[in-house]
Amino acid sequence: MSAIQVTHLTKQFATVKALDDISFSVGHGELFGFIGPDGAGKTTLFRILTTLLLPDEGKASVNGLDVVKDYRKIRQDIGYMPGKFSLYTDLSVEENLKFYATVFGTTIAENFDLIKDIYVQIEPFRKRKAGQLSGGMKQKLALSCALIHKPSVLILDEPTTGVDAVSRLEFWEMLKRLKDSGITIVVATPYMDEASLCDRVALIQNGKIMTISTPSEVIKTYPYVLYSVKSDDIYSLLRDLRQFPQVHSVFAFGQSAHVSFKEEHAAEDVLHKYLQEKGHSDVKIGPTQATIEDCFMELMNTKW
Amino acid sequence: MVKRQAENIIVVKDLVKKFGSFIANDHLSFEVKKGEIFGFLGANGAGKTTAIKILCGLSSPTSGKLTVGGFDIYTEREKIKKNIGYMSQKFSLYDDLTVFENIRFYAGIYGLRKKEIEERTKVLMEKLDMKEARDKLIRSIPLGWKQKLAFSVAIIHNPKIVFLDEPTGGVDPLTRRQFWDMIFEASREGITVFVTTHYMDEAEYCDRVSIMVDGKIAALDTPENLKQQYLAASMNDVFLKLARAKVN
Repeated sequence: MSAIQVTHLTKQFATVKALDDISFSVGHGELFGFIGPDGAGKTTLFRILTTLLLPDEGKASVNGLDVVKDYRKIRQDIGYMPGKFSLYTDLSVEENLKFYATVFGTTIAENFDLIKDIYVQIEPFRKRKAGQLSGGMKQKLALSCALIHKPSVLILDEPTTGVDAVSRLEFWEMLKRLKDSGITIVVATPYMDEASLCDRVALIQNGKIMTISTPSEVIKTYPYVLYSVKSDDIYSLLRDLRQFPQVHSVFAFGQSAHVSFKEEHAAEDVLHKYLQEKGHSDVKIGPTQATIEDCFMELMNTKW
Repeated sequence: MVKRQAENIIVVKDLVKKFGSFIANDHLSFEVKKGEIFGFLGANGAGKTTAIKILCGLSSPTSGKLTVGGFDIYTEREKIKKNIGYMSQKFSLYDDLTVFENIRFYAGIYGLRKKEIEERTKVLMEKLDMKEARDKLIRSIPLGWKQKLAFSVAIIHNPKIVFLDEPTGGVDPLTRRQFWDMIFEASREGITVFVTTHYMDEAEYCDRVSIMVDGKIAALDTPENLKQQYLAASMNDVFLKLARAKVN
């Protein structure tokens, strides 16, 4: 039995298909990522999984329990951290945690082991009102509250959005420790670089899952030979590359451009010559490994 | 990309901002050149938003000398506001107004005439490939369109400087890149771009980047020089080295 099983799930709001025939399963103890931009359908999916929203069609279950029929039982089994900060801003850190423990019929002491690593970082501020915490501290408190009843499945909706690179890294280290303790984790993120930290990922866009696999498998299925191209002026480089006849795609990646060609034999030296004729200096061209972001954009282009 | 001898459009000297005993900005000093894409990075709570509010004339510094677009931050705030544009991820357009109504609203605030507004709207709809969306409510158009439109609206009055506060948060990778194409273009046209972001690949697109740590500027240089100085392969590594140093 899977921790989460979803088949042909559909949800429509007025004219917008938020979820369009979605199917997937998540194994016990797996760290599963939904990677996609705002509006892809991640939040709608998570609301259905957490029994807060009814699907139009299809089925979803958590630990074998149906999200519609067995919603009361499911709520005991899952921890949910919504994308929007949803704790009580006029209660203190400590009061919020105590409140959530009580609602689930437990105490802070009973499950303190699980949250200890995270909670000690905000403990110095335990008397502070939640509304007055910084973004990073709010995030840690929300995670503590989601864990205090020792759920077997943790559902996190964009926990790292708007969070700086250092705090993001620390948050993923926390998730890794939680996974090691046996908790199943489903996490949504718009940051493509976080995909590599998941066991498996689903790339999602416009209510549809474009692909589901391990991060390394997703990268392996990238259909083109990819080159990294550099010159002294990225802006003109991007423009000139787009004009190059054999080019399939051109995307900026930091200081360089990732380029793929319609036919593989569109040789490096031809491009080199072309760019020199366009007045570029310091031109460097070399093969490079596709990233999840390359794959995502390729899938967006071909399927939508 | 920017001519080295370009004039300074923002000059900040010893900017201090205190909230009670808390020092949000601790003697910041830097200059931004005309047409430059200036990346303003820092961890959450490092003091970026405080500094941006001051530069936009929305908050007063505790002390320091600042000019924005050649205008003094203490005595010429209204002139500053007329000469800058602002866009953030959190708020930029009115959801229950149409695309055109939003353009008319913002352009009107900046004193553009009716005819000018009509003309610029037409050009803009062409350029953004949004002609069919002109009379649609903002809430009904995709996020990617919204962000691109919000940027265009922020520079509709041809400001000297545009402040972008996490403009690409949550958008898909394709739109993120199209958005940066627009930033490059604005910079080419002479508009100075002052931008914050949590995407470190975007830091690489900036002419120069400053990194704030605990209210101070810990580093300021071109991405290339910063990477050399901190022996880092990417701006992400530079950022982690600097911002992590203070955490531990």
